[in-house]
Amino acid sequence: MIQTLEPLIREHPFFQGLAEPYLRLIAECATNVRFAEGEVLFRQSDPADHFYLIREGLVAVELMIPHRGHTTVLTAGAGEVLGWSWLFPPYRWHFDARALQPTRALAFDGKCLRTKCDEDHDLGYDLFRRFTQMMTTRLESTSLQLMDLYGANA
Amino acid sequence: MAQTLEHPGAETLSAQCMLPDLYRIQRLRMETDDTFTLEMVPEGDHARFSFLPGQFNMLYVFGVGEVPISISSDPSSAPTIQHTTRVVGTVTKAMGDLKPGDSIGIRGPFGTHWPVEQSTDRDILIVAGGIGLAPLRPALFWLMSHREQYRKVVLLYGTRSPEDILYRHELEHWRGKFDLEIQVTVDRAASTWRGNVGVVTTMIPRAPFDPSNTTAFICGPEVMMLFTVMELRKRGVAADRTFLSMERNMKCGIGWCGHCQFGPVFVCKDGPVFRLDTIERILGKVEI
Amino acid sequence: MGTSPLQVKDTAVIEARHLEQLFDALIEQGYEVIGPTVRDGAIVIEKLSSPGQLPIGWTEEQDAATYRLKPRNDRAYFGYSLGPQSWKRFLQLPVQRLWRAERSNGGFRIVPEPAPDVRRAFIGVRACELHAIEIQDRIFLGSTFIDSDYRSRRDVFIVAVNCTCAGGTCFCVSMGSGPKAVSGFDLALTEIVDTERHYFLVDVGSERGAVLLSKLPQSRASAAEKEAGYQVVSETSRHMGRTLNTDDLKAILYASYDHPRWDHVAARCLSCANCTMVCPTCFCTTIKDATDLTGQAAERWKEWDSCFTTEFSYIHGGSVRASVRSRYRQWLIHKLATWNDQFDSSGCVGCGRCITWCPVGIDITEEVRAIRATEPISMGQRHDSNT
Repeated sequence: MIQTLEPLIREHPFFQGLAEPYLRLIAECATNVRFAEGEVLFRQSDPADHFYLIREGLVAVELMIPHRGHTTVLTAGAGEVLGWSWLFPPYRWHFDARALQPTRALAFDGKCLRTKCDEDHDLGYDLFRRFTQMMTTRLESTSLQLMDLYGANA
Repeated sequence: MAQTLEHPGAETLSAQCMLPDLYRIQRLRMETDDTFTLEMVPEGDHARFSFLPGQFNMLYVFGVGEVPISISSDPSSAPTIQHTTRVVGTVTKAMGDLKPGDSIGIRGPFGTHWPVEQSTDRDILIVAGGIGLAPLRPALFWLMSHREQYRKVVLLYGTRSPEDILYRHELEHWRGKFDLEIQVTVDRAASTWRGNVGVVTTMIPRAPFDPSNTTAFICGPEVMMLFTVMELRKRGVAADRTFLSMERNMKCGIGWCGHCQFGPVFVCKDGPVFRLDTIERILGKVEI
Repeated sequence: MGTSPLQVKDTAVIEARHLEQLFDALIEQGYEVIGPTVRDGAIVIEKLSSPGQLPIGWTEEQDAATYRLKPRNDRAYFGYSLGPQSWKRFLQLPVQRLWRAERSNGGFRIVPEPAPDVRRAFIGVRACELHAIEIQDRIFLGSTFIDSDYRSRRDVFIVAVNCTCAGGTCFCVSMGSGPKAVSGFDLALTEIVDTERHYFLVDVGSERGAVLLSKLPQSRASAAEKEAGYQVVSETSRHMGRTLNTDDLKAILYASYDHPRWDHVAARCLSCANCTMVCPTCFCTTIKDATDLTGQAAERWKEWDSCFTTEFSYIHGGSVRASVRSRYRQWLIHKLATWNDQFDSSGCVGCGRCITWCPVGIDITEEVRAIRATEPISMGQRHDSNT
């Protein structure tokens, strides 16, 4: 008896309200994954074939800056999503990601999802709406982060 | 610990309210490379000084000037009091050069306070940004010493970098001892930091409080407070259960000089703690 | 001659030549008399020793950015409207030391300034100015913190004057603050000058006013004399130089923070602060702490300030109101709207000084008219005249 990942997808905030038929479709592209503390999820310019729904733990998105070393851009924790490079060519990661704590996540195969979206545009619309919303929120938060609000002349 | 919050310093007087009382510096502690906490005790018979969490004093450095700074210590430790400030100008710089035994002038306490007594039996959500944690610290002391009167107490604290985290040991102590949920995040960090990176508002969607039964206290840079208010609204926290601490230029602290006006309200006497619905109309409007 | 003692609300009559005796009676009672006089081409307010120093036979021509003294064809003492100064300079001093401090015993010691020891009488206070004083009373005497210096200076013997000519920029009628003085004075004079007689009707406003007046040769005003007084003041109210519609004004201004008119006025406003200096209700001050060269002695001073300065709203490395647009808006909306929520009255008494003394002639009544004329455009909010 194969236990499906549908319940886990259904309960994740990112897919709140997803219609049942779509749930089944995308579950076919999903796998359960774990990362140990310190384990690398992906590296900059690696092929970006996945996105992750973090269920538990904390992942740091980092950039390696010459002379400065690894700088953390942001962290993603339980209930958050990591990765949108699978959406558009050239499908390559722009950052590194590393688990700061033991992390459990659902990994979704990008190629699998893109194919399903091509076949079912309504599914595609739903997914792209969710990702667009997540990206605009991320953009807003990043703008605030960059403003150095707590700096000396905030 | 049945300390009632009667409004102290209800001074209907006059010549006294522009005269500083003398305090002696007991300690100066560097919190970060540009932020410090001064601890002081009253000289003479001001032993009756007491304050409510969220109130501020006007601090005078001899011959240099006077600035408004929130009181950042435990109200139950008064009349020994602390102020945490960052060096931003001539007065704060001179303050940072004070030594134990030096004198400092205090006028206060002034302003409105975090309504801790009126918020019992509720979840308390505290969102602090940068040095905004300082005016909230007295409220945290109060909540911890009356812990059983509140349901969940959650602190979301965002600051610039791990080196800028204030009161680190105290936060650890509270987290361990008092059933206080603390989540800390920074805007930037080297990879040695194992905690959250990102603005404090990103922690609100999943913070463990019940929006229908929560009182929120927010303090930090104005932009940060605006975005926090937006996130709280999205989660359904009522505007009349959300409180902000505002800041404006102050010269007198007592409603005469006119500098601290924010629309119709004076931050020194109608604030600095404001209930959101009373200022929502002008909050976020440019150049008010 | 009236035989029964004068009482509050009585009206008496004194001949103009007996004004000298009013002065003498005030000085004899230990009052320092402050009143209007001509100096440097304007009618200013100073200490006076005789009524001969009043602006006898002078009137003013006032309009936006215009003030000229003009001779009258009679010898009226008070035949003008308002000069640039208001009585607030004697109640809240423009520059004032609050205390001195000196280092001692490793710390320092603060020595407060002694309370002022002066009794003053103001002569020539207009109805609008009485309102302005009462408005400032609410700020300094009406809240948790009472300004004791203001309180000491506030016990002034006031001889008010009902206006018999309206100024070119006056709009007290619109603001409900004149031209007739109804309260807040000890005595109120209405000057009647015609070819036959020159006299003053004197309204008694207080016990001590009655006592002082009874020392002068006076008689009860006849019906005809009272009618003459009534007529001249009514005539004044019909000749206001400006009007301002206050209907719903607070709500309209609250909805107009983003009105394009602010850009229009900002293009002209120099943020010179003249308006705040001449306004009888503007009360903002700043505190200056200073030390001497040895660093052993320090002082704290309080000085008049203006919301038009760039530093007024400075925090954390910048000013909240950096643009002229925001500063003019702050002033007008404070004066005509937020003041109501702060002190339960308008902040404007319609004296018109801000119009006269603005170097570029910005007219508060015109600005309000322009804002009313178009719909406020803040984010789809519409002005609902029923709110």
